[in-house]
Amino acid sequence: MQSLVYILPEIFLFIVATVLLVTGLFLKKIKLINLLAIFSLLVAVFLILNQPFQSAFLNSFVVDEFSLVLKVMILIGSIASLIMFVSSKDDLNINIYEFPILIIFSTIGMMVMVSANDLLAMFIGLELQSLSLYVLAALNRNSLLSSEAGIKYFILGALSSGLLLFGISYIYGFSGNTNFNLIAVNINPESLGLIIGIVFVLAGLAFKVSAVPFHMWTPDVYQGAPTPITGFFALAPKIAAMGLLVRFLFNSFGEIYIDWQQIIFFISIASMMLAAFAAIAQTNLKRLMAYSSIGHIGYALIGVACFTDEGLRSLLIYLMIYLIMNIAVFAFLLSLKRNDGYFENISDLSGMHKNHPLRTMLIALIMFSLAGIPPLAGFFGKFYIFVAAIESEMLFLAIIGVVASVISAFYYLRIVKIMYFDEPKEEFDGSSIQSLNLLYYPSSILIIIFFIYPSPVINISEYAIQSII
Amino acid sequence: MIELNQFLILSALLFAIGVIGIFLNRKNVIIILMSIEIILLSVNLNLIAFSYFLNDLTGQIFSLFVLTVAAAEAAIGLAILVIYNRNAGSIEIEKINALKG
Repeated sequence: MQSLVYILPEIFLFIVATVLLVTGLFLKKIKLINLLAIFSLLVAVFLILNQPFQSAFLNSFVVDEFSLVLKVMILIGSIASLIMFVSSKDDLNINIYEFPILIIFSTIGMMVMVSANDLLAMFIGLELQSLSLYVLAALNRNSLLSSEAGIKYFILGALSSGLLLFGISYIYGFSGNTNFNLIAVNINPESLGLIIGIVFVLAGLAFKVSAVPFHMWTPDVYQGAPTPITGFFALAPKIAAMGLLVRFLFNSFGEIYIDWQQIIFFISIASMMLAAFAAIAQTNLKRLMAYSSIGHIGYALIGVACFTDEGLRSLLIYLMIYLIMNIAVFAFLLSLKRNDGYFENISDLSGMHKNHPLRTMLIALIMFSLAGIPPLAGFFGKFYIFVAAIESEMLFLAIIGVVASVISAFYYLRIVKIMYFDEPKEEFDGSSIQSLNLLYYPSSILIIIFFIYPSPVINISEYAIQSII
Repeated sequence: MIELNQFLILSALLFAIGVIGIFLNRKNVIIILMSIEIILLSVNLNLIAFSYFLNDLTGQIFSLFVLTVAAAEAAIGLAILVIYNRNAGSIEIEKINALKG
């Protein structure tokens, strides 16, 4: 009974989601349900901030500084995608009340993921998140693209869950425990079974963060799913899976870090390089963002590969900046609308500067930030990561990272060039973006002012990592 | 007396059959769903064998959770498949190629 206090935010969100599900059945007021969902996510933020730090349920669920920071980031991502949903639900043919409810369910799953300190809790959280995401990808029932995205995501996601579970069974069998801390105590560095287990679990988790070589689903799902859902895919699940990865590796296998470090090393390099080259050929903005997110995950994984508190801190800074930049990008994608139709191709942006000078300027800034050009926030994210890599003597990772970010600057800057110097097209609608402004302006401002006042972000990440190392 | 190794080999074989079934099959998606089911069952066999030989109940409890999740996963997979079939008119794997680039 005592333990229930420590999962209060999760229980609260679960009750809200169930009540909303029943309400929606009788009361077809999607806007109201969506507002209530946003409000309850805000309440959940409040509950999380006021939670005592403790581990509950036989130490299988921990509430600490790290989980607090990540949970708040996840909730911000969920709230952002609900706001995107309000602005576009009628035109995208996803006017169904299940959307906010599925978002809440997958948010609960992610909150369990970042708090999980046991293989069982980790598995349940991951599945609760994934099952909701499969449905979300296929939410537009009348669209071939959306249902194809759903089916691809489902098949590859289920396969990755299978890999993860197979790894879990080996870790359990060869350490005799499922609790992360107990695994760390009983670890036998010579055991081959344990290494097999770690490799399989890492393969499953690499799929969830969409790192190369398990990235195949990302471009297809990003393109096929309706845009607010693509935004959600890019924001919250990445952060949650990253948090889970860090806790899993650092808490239970910190002692044999040599063994997993090289795996992370490889997938980080592969993600950065593949994303840099593959994105050049893309014509669809959502596909481009998919490759961009693969690349960003590659940079973030450098922070994990370092296995120092410096690396972990830079990872958290990077994730926070990544969250803000992606909110801005997807709000921008949703504002590309003319006569009830949405535009997703890079060529549709041509000459946007003529009709929408302010919007174009902000998106150009965000593109510069994604490419990592100083003095914008994206530059500092990469800067801290590379400094951490150099300090832990992983020069090769830092060099590859710099090379990849130079190559990827090409496709970000091409968007800027097309917006400013190509032939103008018709004007986009201005009216539909009222609620998107809520996302658009704050995140752009945060990106710009980061270099003047970076200490809050650095302090938050400093605060978060004290419970891990 | 059956040893732990024999269980592990059997479950590794089942796992391999499942993975190969996903990648080699060119016919339809239902077979993929069956392959996923085989993968999850091989994991269950693993967990139960470990649990028996370690004299520890956790593995068996874990396998019950895996069974439950597998059922939910199959339900969702079939639902998505039905939607896809309605939109595309077939569930042949070679024809799932509207999204590429």
